[in-house]
Amino acid sequence: MSLFANTTILLGKELRTEFRSRELLTTTIVFILIVLVLFSFTFDPLSEEARRFGSGLLWLAFLFAASLMLQPCFLREQTNDTLSALRLSVSDPFAIFLAKLAANTLFLLLTELLLLPVFAMMYNVPVLPVLHWLVLVFFLGSLGISVVGTALSAISAQARMRELLLPLLLLPLLTPILVASTEVTGALLDRAPYVQWKGTGFLAVFDLVFLTTLWLFGEYLLEE
Amino acid sequence: MKNVLFVAVVVLLLGAGAYAAFFIAPTDAKQGLIYRILFLHVASAWTGLTAFFISFIANVLYVWRRQPQWDWLGVSAAETGLVFTTVVLVTGPIWAHPVWGIWWTWDARLTSTFVLWLLYVSYLLLRTLIEEPDRRALLSALFGIFAFVDVPLVFGSIRWWRTQHPQPIIMGEPGSGLDPLMYKVLFFMWFAMLALMTLLLRQRYLLEAMRGDVETMRRQWEVA
Repeated sequence: MSLFANTTILLGKELRTEFRSRELLTTTIVFILIVLVLFSFTFDPLSEEARRFGSGLLWLAFLFAASLMLQPCFLREQTNDTLSALRLSVSDPFAIFLAKLAANTLFLLLTELLLLPVFAMMYNVPVLPVLHWLVLVFFLGSLGISVVGTALSAISAQARMRELLLPLLLLPLLTPILVASTEVTGALLDRAPYVQWKGTGFLAVFDLVFLTTLWLFGEYLLEE
Repeated sequence: MKNVLFVAVVVLLLGAGAYAAFFIAPTDAKQGLIYRILFLHVASAWTGLTAFFISFIANVLYVWRRQPQWDWLGVSAAETGLVFTTVVLVTGPIWAHPVWGIWWTWDARLTSTFVLWLLYVSYLLLRTLIEEPDRRALLSALFGIFAFVDVPLVFGSIRWWRTQHPQPIIMGEPGSGLDPLMYKVLFFMWFAMLALMTLLLRQRYLLEAMRGDVETMRRQWEVA
């Protein structure tokens, strides 16, 4: 079977697992909500400051949420050792990663889009006129987070203290994502919104670089 | 005997480097004497990067060849690099305070050095959290590869978007306005530091090799 066919089937499995319980989505949404509310106490959220800090705290919330949300990605395959079964059933182990990172990107994007109106209301920042650009930035950023996060959750799942370890490994690696997406989102939330192509391109390059690295080295992450 | 000779050579080189830094290099017109910390600061930064590069090569070779020697080299180089990077992070503020009037500036090189430092601290931490030697070697090598791939992206993102704040007066661009004699002293100092790095690396490698042997013996004894 081709890589694409394998990936689609595995992606279907990931989505089915999640949408049966929706545990991951609900907890992540609540977590981001809590962070957004807590952030509002640290500055005056209805002022011009919200425009300046808004994009940064939004992405910080996404990053923290992702570092928790990506935790069970490989962990839940351990309970019944389903990872071995997965490895036996696909010809290219990259399909496992592709399916998982596609599912994670989708989950992240979904939570981000669900929380965007809440953020816009709470911090009084209009988002509708630039919505399509925001979706693009959210997609590129979430893809980058998911590519790196999926790879690292395969590492942390095999270590002790895994719950603490994943954020520790993941967050410094995601510095470029935080910097670039904050910059692009900030430009979009500006009084005179504009698309920052340099940052958008940078995010795409980040995604591509780590997708290639994962493609080259991913199979070793799943070795018994 | 070989060891003593090696140590003697390194001490001599460092002594000569220090002498050149204090007495041969001309005093800076604007900064006066304090600039002489440059020879320690910049030479350590270059040496640290060299060590991390060695670690990266060793990581790739481990994933490829699976010989424990590459794992030993990888961890030794990472630790040695961390030592030199720590020197950079300590001497940086000592230099910055009298010259710029602040202890820390979030400029591209300082900040990426800090993120680099964090990445390799996570690398060493990860190693302590995996019991089984082969798994520890493989997973930490893979994380090392991901971390090293991230370094140029971290530097690029911070350079493009986070450096509009206080600009360094001297060395705003790499090496701008440095006296030719200062360059010579700097390169000599780098050479001396590389000798020190090689010495530390060698000792650390031998220690790691010994640990590996002890581990193997312990296992054999447990089986018997």
